[in-house]
Amino acid sequence: MKKIVFLALLQVLFVSAQSLNTVPVKVAAASDLRLALGSIADDYFQLTGQKVQITYGSSGNFYRQIMQGGPFDLLMSADESYVQKLNDQKLTQGPGHLYAKGRIVLFIPQGAKISLDPELKDFKLALLDGRIRKVAIANPVYAPYGRVAQEILEKIGVWDKVQSQLVLGDNVAQATEFAISGNVQAGFIPFSATYNDSVRKSGTWVVIPESLHSPILQRMAILKGANAATQRLYDYLLQPQSQRKFQDTGFQSP
Amino acid sequence: MDWQAFQLSISLALCSVAILIPFGILLGHYLARSYSLWNQLLKAVFALPLVLPPTVMGYYLLVSMGRDSWLSQIYVFLFHEPLAFSFQGILLGSLIFNLPFAFIPIQRALEDIPEELKDAARTCGLSHWQSLFKIELPLAWKGILSAVIMTFAHTLGEFGVILMVGGNIPGQTRTLSIAIYDKVQGLEMGSAGLMSIFLVLVAFGTLLLTQLLATTKDQKPKAYL
Repeated sequence: MKKIVFLALLQVLFVSAQSLNTVPVKVAAASDLRLALGSIADDYFQLTGQKVQITYGSSGNFYRQIMQGGPFDLLMSADESYVQKLNDQKLTQGPGHLYAKGRIVLFIPQGAKISLDPELKDFKLALLDGRIRKVAIANPVYAPYGRVAQEILEKIGVWDKVQSQLVLGDNVAQATEFAISGNVQAGFIPFSATYNDSVRKSGTWVVIPESLHSPILQRMAILKGANAATQRLYDYLLQPQSQRKFQDTGFQSP
Repeated sequence: MDWQAFQLSISLALCSVAILIPFGILLGHYLARSYSLWNQLLKAVFALPLVLPPTVMGYYLLVSMGRDSWLSQIYVFLFHEPLAFSFQGILLGSLIFNLPFAFIPIQRALEDIPEELKDAARTCGLSHWQSLFKIELPLAWKGILSAVIMTFAHTLGEFGVILMVGGNIPGQTRTLSIAIYDKVQGLEMGSAGLMSIFLVLVAFGTLLLTQLLATTKDQKPKAYL
């Protein structure tokens, strides 16, 4: 008898771990969207009662997971090319839409004695004279902001020099975490991250001019096999009130 | 406190225990019977997850559950959903990385049973399996209990394999340990701290419980850890 009760309890726990009242729309979102998307999803839920489940991470990592059958309905990438590659492999419902343009900043935590200028002149000097021992960026191989950080470092001519000083985050949120920890002297983080209170309290930053890197075009697409409610959310994300939310938290219109 | 992650961690731990303990009993019993070279080799293979880095296990699980693998194709055919990045996928990972905790304590406890008792059971007319269930397993209860507690606690604490194989999906694969990682990345330190303290208390409680249960009035404590 006890065994039956135990197994029944197990079953209940097993099932309840997965089933939900309304089927949520599952979004794979680039790490720079934490603040913006969290807020938009809450509004959307208030408006429509539709739950949105968001997993944040690097766009490259999501690309790999989706290729392997990851159960997402919508991909909001920080890099167009991942969406395009998935579209080429017929894993998306169409080529998607640009939903925002990102900007990247050089962040200097409190205590580090580096002055900020848009041409990163003092940053370069600080690398050479040893004021900067470690720089945090997202991994350039699979995180879009990491790739952009690499472009910038190459453009100002310090990429080779800085190799031994780079601390790589799995995604740009982890890079941000490293940057504000005080364990590095500089970090390349999304402009959208500077809208977060913990980041604002921990240091200063300068927005890097687009002349130093290729534009961060953020594209989203509905994935093959997505839940029917995804299209409504997709449309909502392109409407003026959502677009305004993006622009209020560090993005530009695409 | 992410209650969904908490519930998911508990579910994963309970399911792992429910599936692994019977298997652990059978395997522990088989390996306790002799110290032959074959048995030694078998034990080394099954105990591998104790020593292997989680990323190695994660790698092999990803490869074997990938979209084009035979395992994935059979699973999709039977259940119409992918195995990777699902609760079932991390459960499979959990069964593999917990295996040593499920059979080693039981094997040791069974090995401690004096041969005379097993011989006596035989002379009373009990078959091999009757002897196992009526005499040996009740005597080995401490080992079985250790196995249950260790498997449960180890599942709550597993991170690397679940991160690689799970995909951090709320309600499916975002267990408590993954949720802590996620909160830290989202700079929500308070929430991460709360969940961390909780896991510390659970881990401490588990170890204490295992130690206490191993102590009987007149005997030296013998925890099969």
